[in-house]
Amino acid sequence: MSENFRSIETKFLDKTNRISFKYNGKKYYGYKGDTLASALLSNGVHLIGRSFKYHRPRGIMTCGSEEPNAIVQIGGNGSFTEPNVRATEQEIYEGLEASSQNCWPSVEFDIGGINNLISPVIPAGFYYKTFMWPKKLWYSLYEPAIRLSAGLGKSPTQPDPELYDHNHLHCDVLIVGGGISGIIAASISADNGNNTVLIDDKNSLGGSTIYQNDENFKINDEISSTWLDKKIKELKKKQNLTIKHRTSVAAFHGYNYLLARESLADHKSLDERLNKLRQRLWKIRAKKVILATGAIERPLIFNNNDRPGVMLANSVKKYIDFFGVKCGNKNIIFTNNDSAYETAISLNKKGIEVVVIDIRKNSSSTLVQTTKDAGIKIYWNHAIVNTSGYRRIKSIQIMEMSEDGTNVVGKKTSLLCDSLSISGGWTPMVHLFTQSGGKLKFRDADQVFLPNTVISDQISIGSCNGDFELDDVIKNTISECKNFLSASVIDYDLLKVSCPKQKESKNIWLLPNNKPLGKTKPFLDFQNDSTAKDIKLAMREGFKSIEHVKRYTTTGMGTDQGKLANMHALGIISETAGVKMGSLGTTTFRPPYTPLTFGTIVGRNVGTFFDITRKTPMHDWHKDHKAQFENVGQWKRAWYYPKDGENMYQAVQRESKAARESAGILDASTLGKIDIKGTDASEFLNRVYTNAWSKLGISKCRYGLMLNEDGMVYDDGVTTRLGENHYLMTTTTGGAANVLSKLEDYLQTEWPELDVWLTSVTDHFATASICGPNSKNILKKLFPNLDFNDENFPHMSFKNAEMDGINCRIMRISFTGEHSYEINIESKYGKSLWEKCMDAGKEFNITPYGTETMHLLRAEKGFIIVGQDTDGTMTPIDLQMDWIVSKKKYDFIGKRSLYRSDTMREDRKQLVGLLTDNPKEILEEGAQIVKNEKKQPIEMLGHVTSSYFSPNLNKSIALAVVKNGKKLKGQKLLVPMKDKTINVTVSDFIFFDSKNERLNA
Amino acid sequence: MKNNYSIISLIKNSFTYHENWQQAWRDPEPKKEYEAVIVGGGGHGLATAFYLAKKHNMKNIAVVEKGWIGGGNTGRNTTIIRSNYLWDASAGLYDHALKLWENLSQEINYNVMFSQRGVMNLAHNLQDVRDLKRRTHANRLNGIDAVWLSTEEVKKFCPIINTSPDIRYPVLGGTLQRRAGTARHDAVAWGYARGADAMGVDIIQNCEVKGIKRNGDTVEGIETTKGFIKTKKIGVVAAGHSSVIANMAGIRLPLESKPLQALVSEPVKPIIDTVVMSNAVHAYVSQSDKGELVIGAGTDAYVSYTQRGSHDIVEGTLKAILELYPIFSRMKMLRQWGGIVDICPDASPIISKTNIKGLYFNCGWGTGGFKATPGSGDLFAHTIANNEPHKLNAAFNLNRFVSGDLVDEHGAAAVAH
Amino acid sequence: MFIINCPFCGERDQSEFSAGGEAHIVRPKQPTELSDDEWADFLFMRKNIKGIQFERWNHAHGCRKWFNVIRDTSNDKIHAVYKMGEKPPSI
Repeated sequence: MSENFRSIETKFLDKTNRISFKYNGKKYYGYKGDTLASALLSNGVHLIGRSFKYHRPRGIMTCGSEEPNAIVQIGGNGSFTEPNVRATEQEIYEGLEASSQNCWPSVEFDIGGINNLISPVIPAGFYYKTFMWPKKLWYSLYEPAIRLSAGLGKSPTQPDPELYDHNHLHCDVLIVGGGISGIIAASISADNGNNTVLIDDKNSLGGSTIYQNDENFKINDEISSTWLDKKIKELKKKQNLTIKHRTSVAAFHGYNYLLARESLADHKSLDERLNKLRQRLWKIRAKKVILATGAIERPLIFNNNDRPGVMLANSVKKYIDFFGVKCGNKNIIFTNNDSAYETAISLNKKGIEVVVIDIRKNSSSTLVQTTKDAGIKIYWNHAIVNTSGYRRIKSIQIMEMSEDGTNVVGKKTSLLCDSLSISGGWTPMVHLFTQSGGKLKFRDADQVFLPNTVISDQISIGSCNGDFELDDVIKNTISECKNFLSASVIDYDLLKVSCPKQKESKNIWLLPNNKPLGKTKPFLDFQNDSTAKDIKLAMREGFKSIEHVKRYTTTGMGTDQGKLANMHALGIISETAGVKMGSLGTTTFRPPYTPLTFGTIVGRNVGTFFDITRKTPMHDWHKDHKAQFENVGQWKRAWYYPKDGENMYQAVQRESKAARESAGILDASTLGKIDIKGTDASEFLNRVYTNAWSKLGISKCRYGLMLNEDGMVYDDGVTTRLGENHYLMTTTTGGAANVLSKLEDYLQTEWPELDVWLTSVTDHFATASICGPNSKNILKKLFPNLDFNDENFPHMSFKNAEMDGINCRIMRISFTGEHSYEINIESKYGKSLWEKCMDAGKEFNITPYGTETMHLLRAEKGFIIVGQDTDGTMTPIDLQMDWIVSKKKYDFIGKRSLYRSDTMREDRKQLVGLLTDNPKEILEEGAQIVKNEKKQPIEMLGHVTSSYFSPNLNKSIALAVVKNGKKLKGQKLLVPMKDKTINVTVSDFIFFDSKNERLNA
Repeated sequence: MKNNYSIISLIKNSFTYHENWQQAWRDPEPKKEYEAVIVGGGGHGLATAFYLAKKHNMKNIAVVEKGWIGGGNTGRNTTIIRSNYLWDASAGLYDHALKLWENLSQEINYNVMFSQRGVMNLAHNLQDVRDLKRRTHANRLNGIDAVWLSTEEVKKFCPIINTSPDIRYPVLGGTLQRRAGTARHDAVAWGYARGADAMGVDIIQNCEVKGIKRNGDTVEGIETTKGFIKTKKIGVVAAGHSSVIANMAGIRLPLESKPLQALVSEPVKPIIDTVVMSNAVHAYVSQSDKGELVIGAGTDAYVSYTQRGSHDIVEGTLKAILELYPIFSRMKMLRQWGGIVDICPDASPIISKTNIKGLYFNCGWGTGGFKATPGSGDLFAHTIANNEPHKLNAAFNLNRFVSGDLVDEHGAAAVAH
Repeated sequence: MFIINCPFCGERDQSEFSAGGEAHIVRPKQPTELSDDEWADFLFMRKNIKGIQFERWNHAHGCRKWFNVIRDTSNDKIHAVYKMGEKPPSI
């Protein structure tokens, strides 16, 4: 049985709820409320992982989100696995499995540790300087080796069994951080009638004050933690206030838009979590934001400052005062400021051995006096020059500092220890402030960056605003909040606060050593193994800006994003270059504040909900009849209807023969439909289409081609004149939304004088298109009262009709070249319409056909599909559709662009037909076309845009765009494939019924 | 001559604790006059200077950079390098660059970690299939090593992709260019800077251009925050800020500068060993040599110089990533950032003379400039030195917007970038 | 993510809107009389200003109305909105 390091009573854990968990395969126990770090420390476990580059053993350094070392894989190998989880934040749950990362075969003995031995040869940026010769080894050896050593934890390999959610939140005041200043702010805000939200990333409020038992800190004559505890209880009863625990603000964007991750299940056992919400992303718009995000302690930078057992002093205090865990039996505290003395006092009170090493010469703080009174040994004006202990710190060596503090002098003294607490002062957490666009200022006195100007409605309070002493925190929080919230109700005006004041401070970014820097390893970025040496090397090599140094040395690029390292990197740069730190600026603080799970960012929008699926009213019928579907934009369109084991080719051959021989039916509901009304509707169409519209008779239909302003074909479709001032435009399926937007744009911004109103009616109507020689017979059955005589109901005309008392619109239009009708009916009757058509057509072998057959049939007729036969570089002239481009009209969208030097070129790529010399051979769509494949470079003349085997012609046909194609008719060209070359002849692009006789057949 | 970088030099320097390494580049004050000044110290600008000095013997030149070199899009992009473009002009340009990439580390004695791990482009609908096949055929005939992969072959090449036919937009196949891959972006800027500096090029950081001095239609020099610099040739390679410089010279460009975002995950052990791009669902992903998943997001539709975009774009991108790689749901985003990309209407760049004598622009790279860095620098250097474009960049002139002879990668192919 | 004050609907999230580029580029009334250069200028050339820009937005997922916005592209601060056809307010 290992020693129990939890010897101290604490009210913050539920001692009745003992929890077992596994770490590296071994079973341990902790209590409900423990983090993995506190639970491991209570079992005497310090060694957690191996560092990225040198594979040095590393332990727990902190108690929060700034942790660089203690990151583990949790959830075993199953679907719950998660890499790079901070042990300092992960709460334990029954059955939790955690393991060390970046080590093999084990964290105790890691082969990668060899990197530490060759570390002299691999300084920062070494990889830029080597692995270049011989070149071929880069691919076969060097790069694979670099890649192999990449990464820390392991990616999951199974889909995520948990769910995520999004929620929007609007509030008057958002307070980020539930420490003492956040609690006071929340209380003031709520008391003044603001709809207030308080967000805190821990499972309980109170920050570091809630476990502050030091009698030097008093509020209204009570110990500060006691006072705060009462305030939190009061807070929970307040109106207008929502408190969110385990919620971490990830990003603070402009316009007070914040993202916060609420963890709902990460602290629960796996069997409680299956198919439940794991995390929720709150998308917050706050009228006002109060940042009370606190400060984190800085480490000290000295030789071998990275061993397991080296921890931040204030974290050691939290482990003992909050979690009741001692981090060692022989504690040494190494500091440059007074706050670490609180840790010394705490440890001493619990009877734990502690000595203090202080780089300062003295301090008159009451904390120091209390420490002295307790009989704790203090080594003033000393610095640590080395440490020992491979898997856990065993001892340190200290030396006296020289008079000016730039060197160490005298004899080395060795001190034994199993825990070293370090404190280099405090860094305000200004991440969110700067993310929002705020600029920082530098305070020389204690070398901190603080919020300066802001561009949105927000303030920072407490230690993130540079107030480190309790009385300042409280006084300034109250006054700032009163001012910011124009608050009148204040309970706090008469608070009496007493606390120790920091008197002497001394900041040395890189502590002096008796050895040359080159022989030491003073770590800054513990995860990425960058040292003060690396910073200096980078500067020597000309990397002067902080961004360059960061990138060259990888400082601050680990999973902690440099929360501990960045200030020291800046400090060392400023000391080395002899420039003021304030003038250096910082690296950019980028969201998220702590790493944010992809699943949380995506929320419910996964799987079925990835994108909406648009289905026609007849969708279920198609599905019941075994249709295969094609995605067209967001629509599902029936692609083909295989029968009795047919493949697509066979089905399409059958469908297209049936359509030409008797009758076929297509679901055309997905085509975009825009209802156009107004006295200027005709003029509007004149301007948006290339052809003329004024003379289109009522009840007549016309095909239109729409260009972009650059002259290239944009969309096409048939428009019907329903009345004097009323048209129905159809668009391509994929283009519908864009066409409407574009038309609205012109209407509202360029031609506001036009009386035209556009309404999208795509979803309002279902469309069944019946084609083939028997189409008329079927229509007659469906609409027995309607006159289908070709003279009264000719091609390109429209009639209103009724089916069982339901209004229908029938357009006699054709995309197949066959005699053909499109029946439009209100969507809810779409399926009935379809079924009636099928019934009526039964005797004519009416055959449902999908988009593939539709494509084939129209290709036989040489009708283009915008987006397939055009690609944004084709003009109507290129498509040999000169007939549709009005020469008379003064203007239409894109007209001017047709008269530029390049668009007028005679030898542009033009639409042609292609016939393969072997009529059985089908060209591949996308295949390139050449004249000569021997001459290098091969000149590509164009490509195959559409290609099919036509059962009606019994040969392969293709549409293509070919350079100067208009003039190449009859010429032989080549289609070079990977393994063969196909001989083709340029033909007319109308392959079938070029006289349009079948339209009236 | 600078120290040569090699394993030998690393070992040698380890004996002196690496205290004798020289500066990779000097930090000079600007001279009064240069033969040419390159505005913009990103990868393209530094490469331009490098090739001007190396191939055109123009050594009395300077690169002026308002911030720190490589701090713009060079250091912010997802480092995808490929040359499988549709049009001959684009294919010629990008494959020229790719060939330079293949020897770049040796050429500049700086390991840019060019990793030819292949780039796959996925097809998600039938038109994607046509477009990608069309491009693959064109690539093959242009001597570019792109091949078409069936869905099964996609799965085999990158097993973690969800190729189930049941997903919203199933993978219907894809293309693969094996010579394509990624490189270490910072190293490209630093390596070119070091190489150019060694030939005498002055790299002047923290020097912002404030004005362009013209005499009639001829340039005379630039006003900067470090004073006036006289020169007869100004090559502007200012990416998102191209229009700002153009406005100083009194000309307008067909550009809009928009936010483009990218993000990385926390580092993990190797899980994806190629680059996968999907335009239809908009998800680009690769894994860096540190182990981070590097994910390219889309552009916002509005002009902004803030280097920040909207959250919707990031959310949309990760949505697509999880559609294709459901196993990444529990991975965590470590860092997200934005750059400013200058986009041309035809999504192709401008490497061109202007109506003003001595003023040259290299811009409009949109979201895809990194891959072209060496080629862009080489061809721009040629254009500046000879006052005439090289045949490989002749099509990328400014006049194409007047004549209509666009290089429309945007409209032409499902996957422009 | 901005908040845009639609002149017809009031303050709404940016995600409801779509951006339409530089404002006050009037489509020439007589395109045929323009030179190729002048037409290219209308079609493609943009000020692309860093700073105060006049631009068009559409409340695409709302009232579908187009309107103008004055925004500083260097910090994304919106200074004013005004309807199509109205004179820009002075800021």
